[in-house]
Amino acid sequence: MAKIVAVTGNEASANALRQVNPDVCAAYPITPQTEMMQRFASFVSDGMVKTELILVESEHSSLSACVGASAAGGRVITATSSQGLALMWEILFIASGTRLPIVMPVVNRALSAPLNIHGDHSDAMGARDTGWIQLWSENGQEAYDNTIQAFRIAEHMDIRLPAMVCMDGFIISHSIERLEYLEDEEVRDFVGEFKQMYPLLDLEHPVSYGPLILPDYYMEYRKAQADVESKVAKVVLDVAKDFEKMSGRKYGLFETYRLDDAEIGLVILNSAAGTSKDTVDEFRDRGIRAGLLKPRLYRPFPYGEVGEALKHLKAICVLDRADAFGGSYGPLFLDIATSLYPYQHKPMLVNKIYGLGGRDYLPAHAELVLNELVDITKTGAVKNLKEYIGVRE
Amino acid sequence: MKLKGWKEVTPGAVVPEAGSALKFKTGSWRSFRPIWIEENCIQCLFCWLYCPDMAIKVKDGKRGEFDYNYCKGCGICALECPGKKGKKAIVMEEEGK
Repeated sequence: MAKIVAVTGNEASANALRQVNPDVCAAYPITPQTEMMQRFASFVSDGMVKTELILVESEHSSLSACVGASAAGGRVITATSSQGLALMWEILFIASGTRLPIVMPVVNRALSAPLNIHGDHSDAMGARDTGWIQLWSENGQEAYDNTIQAFRIAEHMDIRLPAMVCMDGFIISHSIERLEYLEDEEVRDFVGEFKQMYPLLDLEHPVSYGPLILPDYYMEYRKAQADVESKVAKVVLDVAKDFEKMSGRKYGLFETYRLDDAEIGLVILNSAAGTSKDTVDEFRDRGIRAGLLKPRLYRPFPYGEVGEALKHLKAICVLDRADAFGGSYGPLFLDIATSLYPYQHKPMLVNKIYGLGGRDYLPAHAELVLNELVDITKTGAVKNLKEYIGVRE
Repeated sequence: MKLKGWKEVTPGAVVPEAGSALKFKTGSWRSFRPIWIEENCIQCLFCWLYCPDMAIKVKDGKRGEFDYNYCKGCGICALECPGKKGKKAIVMEEEGK
């Protein structure tokens, strides 16, 4: 029986972690994630979980402690945001290269400088090539559901990779929404018991972690890791099917909204997708065939499936809540462009950068962009391939 | 030895075999060589304890000659050696001299 509650995104994720009851959590506070680990620390203090909580002096240390605990044989979690994720950078690659299925909620926040504590996707986008699985969440319910599913995906014996679960800082982490919790037993049965492949604490079978691998073998290990990534999408779908049986809530690699017969479309991550769907509805009411695609499994990116879902459109706007400096385009735009590249007849594409540092994304912004797409379908011309929106001149 | 392909390597580069350093001879890295001077040796076994590899062979509780196959010439044994009456039982000599 589902329990209906009114909670923040942070509280929802903390409860998902409580229900999973991991062996070890090493964490360091950082806005806007702090509330999540604060609540989880209370669960530890109150004896509601058996988790060993390690308080460390930095995020570099928190993820390092997680790497050790995971190699030792534990089911391990941490959580972070922004500068914390940036400080973990070195260890992110060590966790994925060592194939340790650590689960980490990331409450998306802008990067400094200038210093800013509010929501955008610069942090997780900076970590998109680190070998971690990334699941992105539109709202508190998705953050809760994705957190639970992340354990099954990361720990799957074909995968064994660490996973981030992303949600928008403050907009989701600190907003109270109506949510459905699963029963504790349901979650525990769903994630099952964790078994490390080569636990360091198995003294009967001694192993070494972190060896030096020279040019004669390094490429073989990298190729093996790349091959594992090609198996993630299937596992994500299998886990989603099981999750739907339990919860009634359906998940895929991405969500499509009124996309099948659409001519113009938006591609957008996380909370702003919700706002955009309302505007898509308004355009539909006016007889304009608008649609939307919201990625969920962002890494590894399902290029083939996304390309198939978008190829029939005439014009698409990819909205990025992070810019990629170096004269480049938004990270999501680059992935969408790549997914459409193999097709002879491709939709026209534009890229908009929005919502940086927590700047509000309003229905008016979606309207502006959809109107531009209507123009593009009429004129066949793109005026600006990349543009900031919601910014003062 | 035939090198393994990418489908044969262990996940995460874990080495699921104990004591495999035995197969990895690192003596050629050495630029300084430790020399054992037996008459100054009090058999404290500090060198065996401190050696980060397995270059000190101990038999029947007593050290003998170095196994240079595993000695990188780090010099830790020479540093730690208490010697006898102020004279070291291990000294470092430059290779090739």
